[in-house]
Amino acid sequence: MIAFEPRAEPSRAMAWLSPLIALAITVAVAALLFALLGRDPVRGLSMFLWQPLNGARAVSEVLLKSTPLVLCALGLALCFRANVWNIGAEGQFLLGAIAGGGLALWFTANQIAIDRWAFFPLAIVAGALGGMAWAAIVALLRDRFSANEILVSLMLVYVANLLLSWLVFGPWKDPKGFNFPQTMSFSADTQMPRIVQGLRVHWGLAVALLAAVAVWAFMFRTFRGYQLQVGGLAPAAARYAGFSSRRALWTALLASGGLAGVAGAFEATGPMGQLTPHVSTGYGFTAIIVAFVGRLHPLGCVFGSVLLSMFLIGGELSQSRLGLPSALTGVFQGVLLFSLLACDTLIQHRPVWRRRPAARGAVA
Amino acid sequence: MTDRLALSGITKRYPGVVANDDVSLNVAPGEIHAVLGENGAGKSTLMKVIYGAVRPDAGEIRVDGARVEVRTPLEARRLRISMVFQHFSLFETVTVAENVWLGLDRSLSLAQVRERITATAGEYGLELDPLRPVHTLSVGERQRVEIVRALLAEPRLLILDEPTSVLTPQAVERLFETLRRLAATGCSVLYISHKLDEIRTLCTRCTVMRGGRVTGVVDPRTESNASLSRLMIGAEPPPLVHRAARSGEVALAVRGLTLGRQGPFGVDLDDVSLEVRAGEVLGVAGVSGNGQQELLAVLCGEDLRAPPGAVVLLGRDAHRVGPRRRRERGLHFVPEERLGRGAVPTLSLAHNLLLTRREAVGRGGWIATRRLAAQAQALIARFGVKARGALAPARSLSGGNLQKYIMGREIDAEPKVLVVAQPTWGVDVGAAAQIRAALLALRDAGCAVLMVSEELDELFELSDRLVVIARGRVSPPIARADATVERIGEWMSGLWPGGPAGVAAGAPQASRVAPAPAPSPETAA
Repeated sequence: MIAFEPRAEPSRAMAWLSPLIALAITVAVAALLFALLGRDPVRGLSMFLWQPLNGARAVSEVLLKSTPLVLCALGLALCFRANVWNIGAEGQFLLGAIAGGGLALWFTANQIAIDRWAFFPLAIVAGALGGMAWAAIVALLRDRFSANEILVSLMLVYVANLLLSWLVFGPWKDPKGFNFPQTMSFSADTQMPRIVQGLRVHWGLAVALLAAVAVWAFMFRTFRGYQLQVGGLAPAAARYAGFSSRRALWTALLASGGLAGVAGAFEATGPMGQLTPHVSTGYGFTAIIVAFVGRLHPLGCVFGSVLLSMFLIGGELSQSRLGLPSALTGVFQGVLLFSLLACDTLIQHRPVWRRRPAARGAVA
Repeated sequence: MTDRLALSGITKRYPGVVANDDVSLNVAPGEIHAVLGENGAGKSTLMKVIYGAVRPDAGEIRVDGARVEVRTPLEARRLRISMVFQHFSLFETVTVAENVWLGLDRSLSLAQVRERITATAGEYGLELDPLRPVHTLSVGERQRVEIVRALLAEPRLLILDEPTSVLTPQAVERLFETLRRLAATGCSVLYISHKLDEIRTLCTRCTVMRGGRVTGVVDPRTESNASLSRLMIGAEPPPLVHRAARSGEVALAVRGLTLGRQGPFGVDLDDVSLEVRAGEVLGVAGVSGNGQQELLAVLCGEDLRAPPGAVVLLGRDAHRVGPRRRRERGLHFVPEERLGRGAVPTLSLAHNLLLTRREAVGRGGWIATRRLAAQAQALIARFGVKARGALAPARSLSGGNLQKYIMGREIDAEPKVLVVAQPTWGVDVGAAAQIRAALLALRDAGCAVLMVSEELDELFELSDRLVVIARGRVSPPIARADATVERIGEWMSGLWPGGPAGVAAGAPQASRVAPAPAPSPETAA
């Protein structure tokens, strides 16, 4: 019988190994699932683990999907470390997409010429402001009325979705779009500059990586970042020290909203090139898994994003090539997060083999 | 005669520590047996083994001669072993009777439980109204609920874990009376404590533990405090030299502070006034839960609701000044809870410095990590903290060492005013002596020290003047030379001239000395 015994100190090795063990479990479950569905497990797994990295185009697609994931996950990691449970990055992402896409639409509709590299920073600012505004609603309601940020941020996702739908079904609908719910395609001036000609991955990736470095420095090298984390780790200690919990709340939510918003603006002006009701494929929610798989650490978020983006692409591939539902992605994401949380037990506990107690009666 | 309880060879290992090492313990029927030891000596683990909350790795337990295996507290209760824990497990919002009822078999009706509570309480001289909601009870009264609940199971063995830490001296006397009556009926009592005087008054035999092992079984009535403490810690702590204070200006003053409670179970502060002068230690005595937390929150700046002029720090009004700015003005605070408040458990000792110290924060808010580690290392060396180093997480330290570190962190800041709560609570004797000496050194250096403590010994040892807090009111100060344990004990019930006990009648009281209760009309009905 396996029993779990508390460790004297949390294991550092396990903190690193736990995501790897979780990944191994996920792979095993995936292989089993493929076998049960009557597909070759090796071929099935290769859709998730090998095909997404096979060739420059495939890698470009992985990095393209990683970009919004990294940005969203970085903000969430900051929030979760501060004990602010923002799970509405999806909504903040959509508002960023509306703001960035709206700006591109304005340039396009008014036929204003602008240099691509001049529009790039404008898109970042617009997206950040959009996402921050949406997150500010959460912060304000929590700050003034103690409204639960989990519920508020989650429900604002649906509001953001409806807002986007209203725009693309209504005022922003392309007059020559055969009544499809979409805006006109943005002019070439306002599209994200690409890193390599012919591949879709754009310079937003560099912005995401820079953001990771910045968030790392903020978390671990600044007093502000320290205060934020103390508020999450031990609220009573933060009060004792005199660190403001309101400032932590606002900082975490605005940073997180801003980063998600930038991701949204990149998505709208990058691969999409227009606004539709389906700008996001759940990046804001997937980023929650990324943040946890990445141990709420910026570097971990980068690796986690690549992994989860491979999952997303693997799901699409197994749909097109193996005839399996792309919902597999969701299953694997769930298994990964579930096993990760289970494996995290090993950080604080160690497994010991124990014989079953021999005597059964109370009086032996 | 067969022993009521006989333990032999009990061993329990935890990762990195042997909590109980080949421990034997024999308790005769009707005996009040003390288990004495410092915090961390293994007393609590041993009790949990007896009560079935922890399974030993080796050893055997016999109850009235029969070998038993106690796997769960339920099995312990079937063997008629009851335990009163240090921390109560009562539901605040329901009545005494309902709390007791919840812990019993469903065979009795609530009315029957009420009757039995009143009968049992009367039998042992425990004053208790079964219809009172628990949140209106004082700590002493809550303990009575726990004891009555334990007694309703008609135990053969009653275990009490540090039962007097929350009681006034008078309430302690009454508890002892109850325990003696109980022992006279043949029930054995296991009394866990580290207070030597109590053990010598109450107990007829004493098993002393140190570092997980038994160091002696003695008759405490024939031992002195010195000989017992030698058994307990292996050496006597050096006597503390307490010179007369040379007190100066008023450094911290509270004037006429009245403040409503913040939570439903908080305490209202009622017209609180006190002064601490530079170069003196002002002790604040009182049973926990009488407004200490509320007063401390106002003093350190966590609670900023005080009206203008109510809190004066070094001659300047401080009623709206938060903890950080108070610290900049020279007021440092050591809270009662070390892990989670005084220190962040998962962060390193070095990073825990940043809670109250800013020396390693450079311009633009960047943290100089090397400087921070060096600063922590210097504190560890200066205050003799046993830790793996500056990067060890706070929770890897023992309670005493962490307290030394936190005290060191605040003392090293050279405060003008130090507010400290329970400076040696749960700290081993050696570390406690060191902390007390450091507090006196700080006082001699001209710092004003305000110390809130529940340990009368400590208050008498360190304070130059004493005040007592009871039910949200603070007594006038009294010089230590004029204070006696009896007097302070009475004041802890609010019985100083003009104190709350004299003013408000009928409200819940900490420990009124009163005759055994007559059943109230409701319970008789």
